[in-house]
Amino acid sequence: MAKIETVDANLYYGDFHALKNISMKMEENTVTALIGPSGCGKSTYLRLFNRMNDLIDSTQISGQILVDSEDIYSKNINVDELRMKVGMVFQKPNPFPKSIFENVAYGLRVNGEKNKTYITDKVYESLRQAALWDEVSDKMNKSAFELSGGQQQRLCIARALAISPSVILMDEPASALDPISTAKIEELIHELKKQYTIVIVTHNMQQASRVSDFTGFFYLGELVEHGATAKIFTQPNNKQTENYITGRFG
Amino acid sequence: MAKPFHKKLFEKIIEGILTLSGSITSLAVILIVIFLFKEGLGLFNQSPIAKGFVLVVNKNNPVNTLDAKSIKNIFDHEITNWKKVGGERDTIILFYLDDINSIYTEEQIGQNLENLPTLFSNLTDSISGIIAFIPKTYINSDFKGKVITTDNIKVSKFLSGKEWFPTAEPAAQVGILPLILGTLWVSIGAILLSLPLGLAVSIYLAEIAHPRVRNTFKPIIELLAGIPSVVYGFFGLVVIVPLIQSVFNLPVGETALAGSIILAIMALPTIITIAEDSIRTTPRSMKEASLALGASRWQTIYKIVIPYSISGITAAAILGIGRAIGETMAVLMVTGNAASIPHSFLEPVRTIPATIAAELGESSQGGMHYQALFILGSILFVITLIVNLTVEYISSKQKLAKR
Amino acid sequence: MTLERRKELERSKKRSEKIAFGTFRAMSLLVVGILFVILGFIIIKGISVISWDFITKMPEDGMTKGGIYPAIIGTFCLIGGSMIFSFPIGVLSGIYINEYASNGLVVRFIRLMTNNLAGIPSIVFGLFGMSLFVNTLGFGDSIIAGSLTLGLMTLPIVIRTTEEALKSVDNSFRQGSYALGATKLQTIRRVTLPIAYPNIITGLILSIGRVSGETAPILFTVAAYFLPKLPHSIFDQVMALPYHLYVLATSGTNIEESRPMAYGTALVLIMIVLFLNLIANALRKYFSKKVKMN
Ligand SMILES: Nc1ncnc2c1ncn2[C@@H]1O[C@H](COP(=O)(O)OP(=O)(O)OP(=O)(O)O)[C@@H](O)[C@H]1O
Ligand SMILES: [Mg+2]
Repeated sequence: MAKIETVDANLYYGDFHALKNISMKMEENTVTALIGPSGCGKSTYLRLFNRMNDLIDSTQISGQILVDSEDIYSKNINVDELRMKVGMVFQKPNPFPKSIFENVAYGLRVNGEKNKTYITDKVYESLRQAALWDEVSDKMNKSAFELSGGQQQRLCIARALAISPSVILMDEPASALDPISTAKIEELIHELKKQYTIVIVTHNMQQASRVSDFTGFFYLGELVEHGATAKIFTQPNNKQTENYITGRFG
Repeated sequence: MAKPFHKKLFEKIIEGILTLSGSITSLAVILIVIFLFKEGLGLFNQSPIAKGFVLVVNKNNPVNTLDAKSIKNIFDHEITNWKKVGGERDTIILFYLDDINSIYTEEQIGQNLENLPTLFSNLTDSISGIIAFIPKTYINSDFKGKVITTDNIKVSKFLSGKEWFPTAEPAAQVGILPLILGTLWVSIGAILLSLPLGLAVSIYLAEIAHPRVRNTFKPIIELLAGIPSVVYGFFGLVVIVPLIQSVFNLPVGETALAGSIILAIMALPTIITIAEDSIRTTPRSMKEASLALGASRWQTIYKIVIPYSISGITAAAILGIGRAIGETMAVLMVTGNAASIPHSFLEPVRTIPATIAAELGESSQGGMHYQALFILGSILFVITLIVNLTVEYISSKQKLAKR
Repeated sequence: MTLERRKELERSKKRSEKIAFGTFRAMSLLVVGILFVILGFIIIKGISVISWDFITKMPEDGMTKGGIYPAIIGTFCLIGGSMIFSFPIGVLSGIYINEYASNGLVVRFIRLMTNNLAGIPSIVFGLFGMSLFVNTLGFGDSIIAGSLTLGLMTLPIVIRTTEEALKSVDNSFRQGSYALGATKLQTIRRVTLPIAYPNIITGLILSIGRVSGETAPILFTVAAYFLPKLPHSIFDQVMALPYHLYVLATSGTNIEESRPMAYGTALVLIMIVLFLNLIANALRKYFSKKVKMN
């Protein structure tokens, strides 16, 4: 049973047809990379899974989008609960104007968790999972803005982990970071895969090939090709995919 | 390609003109400071006794100086014995210039009032408890009484004095505490009303309302800002004042509350515009991050958006107060203008700007009253300067933090 | 957490959101409602007063009858006078700040002073105008003294408007012009200003609204309580609409009987402001269409 699945997913921004009949499956505990030229709809597709596109007026969505075999756009779905199940990490690190501790605790608090020891345990655990604990253990009450960009991004990952999601969406999580921080994040993705299903958007082909098990190539709102990363990067079926991967356009 | 000389000169001249224009606001501010203080500062070299008059007492009276307050109390019959002001036990007998006619006949006074100095001299000499308020010109060198000296108006007395009777005789009372408190009451009342309302509207417009709704609301709020303050005052006078009078069953409806309500309405556009701008600077990604963690929109607003834009919201509140403190006409028309220390919102009060507007026309140029009003203006100026600098400081800090 | 508790929490989250948003919406409607009440009240009370005679006749019978002609003319004189002063200087100043001043500290200082000037209460401008223009320069209560005072007060608005308009001109236009060998002045005159001027104009129109409604600055510099004739020179006193409304409302000889006059005057004032707003909005629309067509 696939963890995430879309069947003929379409999305319109007003009149603009941004996603065209996308059908794709993602298995549990795998990393799927979404690649493609700018504006092809990767972020839009990613944001289907936690219903982030709902926030934009005049979007229209059709088709089936399933997480754990449940249609997440059906009426009886609670969006807040869905978002707890499907965590997200954004392109630019975007910590809240709060302390490091409160950043990670935020998701628990807004979802009604009151137990102090539970919150503390969970925050520490998430920071460890995000490989940030050693660097921040002595400054839990400092503002999150005092961290470096790479640390901030890992903080955002810890923040997403704290609410115990089973899926993590990452939209170009390393694009604003230096090579060392990027390497750390990639390492992290490897670790996290054991527990989570990860979907990552990236413009970095090496990164895609390093971290992902499966890759989907998007072009002008269409899913051109989808398959095992090893296969896509060595012998793609489609000419466009090959051109893109080898850097001949994009 | 070299430019001809006259063209270069032309450019230089234009540049000079532009530079001059650029400095116009600084020049204006400096001029305002100079002229306000130039007209006002003389106040503190003035005696509160009406110009050209003196107060005289019997030469055996041990009292040498009296302050403005005691003089007023004496002439208001509130102090009736010299003991109260440091003299001997003796009843105070008031004497005004006009009283001369009831004591002496026209013959005795003389056709050209030539006997007046002697008569005054004799009077003060013969009545031990007398205090006479007479023109200086009638005091001769052989005058047998004693002229009372009065301290000049002091800054501390001016600020803390509880009585504002700048045209009172024999001694003017220029204590501005009632005016300061009146201004504060009205302004604080206004901000208490308009801040919650303004914040709610700015949050609604920035975060909740559909863009279409926002686009219709914004021009309406701009319009609210464009209505002249006399029109607000007039509306307050004919609608809000009678309403307050009947709701609270008051003798008059012109109260601090009426002023606060009108000011609150007038401060709304300032607060809404600035707070909304600041709320809208919250990065979209930060809001999305909150929503992606399962927070509701409302949780996102009060846990992320408001803390993030708090400095802008503070600036909005401060500017709103600044506007309220300086507003003149509307307040003048609805607050009843009683220069007494307010005890509740349902009493008439008088604010600093309203005082200036109402009284400057009747004060004579260069006189004490006139100077006092200019000092009031200077105080307003300083207050708004502080308000502006605070806002400037807050927003520069905000810019730094968000870099 | 149990499933039960989760559901309960979700419900309470939804509930507080509903309550909060409902409150905010209600408060916003209240604010808009206030505007409509004020406008509606004055329009309803004033509309029956307005007539051709009201606009073109002198006040009569202790200002309880007749019209407000001299006040209208006076206000237009003041608008004109203050515009002549504040527009050129303000626009030049805005150009200087945005295009010429290169030293960041100087710009910051000028901005600070401009903001300070903008924050000074109108009554303080009145005091200043009286001291400088009326007394020191000896203009007496006159159109020129009032116009200069009002002009000074609108200066910050004009400067900011110009600055904003110039700032929104994309730098590539300027660079394009420099690249063709144009001087700074030529660039400003032929490239920057033509692009910016629609925004400048709309801003200026809105600042006229402010001038037409201000009372405190003209109380002691120009406004006459009752003067049923038209001015002959800039050294004459005039009546003005806002002060006239104040007089009618609070200190006329017969307040009750002059109420209708007051409603009419208030309506005329509001109509001027509304009219200016409409023009500014229409111009904004017109210009933005024109830009799109180009
Ligand atoms: N809020 C929106 N309203 C209208 N159109 C939008 C909106 N967001 C995105 N689009 C359009 O949808 C298309 C897909 O956008 P999307 O952000 O998904 O691209 P992307 O593949 O993530 O690009 P990038 O690699 O640059 O992030 C683009 O053409 C974009 O212009
Ligand atoms: Mg993207």
